Amino acid sequence: MDLNGSFSTSDALFVFFGAGAVVFAVLAVSLRHIFYCALALIGLIFCTSAVFVLLGADFLAVVQILVYVGAIVVLFLFSIVLTERIASRAIRQTNEQKGISALVGIIVLGVVAYIAVREHWPTVPLSEPVATVGAIGRDLLTTYLEPFEVASVLLLAALVGAVVLGRERVKK
Amino acid sequence: MINLTNCLVLGGIIFAVGTFGVLTRRNAIGILISIEVMLAAVNLNLIAFNRFAEEGSLSGQIFSIFVMTVAAAEAAIGLALVLALYRSARAIYADRFSLLKW
Repeated sequence: MDLNGSFSTSDALFVFFGAGAVVFAVLAVSLRHIFYCALALIGLIFCTSAVFVLLGADFLAVVQILVYVGAIVVLFLFSIVLTERIASRAIRQTNEQKGISALVGIIVLGVVAYIAVREHWPTVPLSEPVATVGAIGRDLLTTYLEPFEVASVLLLAALVGAVVLGRERVKK
Repeated sequence: MINLTNCLVLGGIIFAVGTFGVLTRRNAIGILISIEVMLAAVNLNLIAFNRFAEEGSLSGQIFSIFVMTVAAAEAAIGLALVLALYRSARAIYADRFSLLKW
């Protein structure tokens, strides 16, 4: 329940987008045609961005849509297109480990849910959400400057590595 | 309805679904998509803790920015690897590759 103790609009939105996120996640891991899995990933990202907004992280929601949907899923779609000739809908998408993997997933969920429900989390009283863009910008350049620079070096390394891995081999 | 427990359980459900996907998909790109599902659940956890258990500090959200950065770098490298595999072995299904098996 929210600050007043009644079932408000934000609660209904949280239930709606949370259920949508779970549905899209299940679709993203189980559909036969890999292209539809990438589209389900887009749906999952939109639903989690909506939950971010409900949790007060407005800048993170927009950044997640930009980075994930705008860049990562586009990369996935390109590589799905480039490997289209050998991936077909008739081939089964899951290997023979389905039973034990479902068991592992249920165990992971059980442990997380048990800890989340039983633990008495030290919570602070909720306040009105504020715009986070300026605060994140200030923190990234003052308190978290070293991780910021290391992340830049990491991105440079990933860029060089992807170019080296992806170029055509010169046939001798 | 929006409290820390429900957000953590939601994140746990999405993470478990992603774990199932990583362990069972045969297509290498499908495995990478399932990894992105798990990372979305991790971001949800971080934002939930930042909202409910931290006063005045945004470190959960900044950690989430770095998680997104590493996810983008890892997706790019993973897809470059998949494309290199496709070019050399003409296969992207994970159970075809048994060169490193003992």
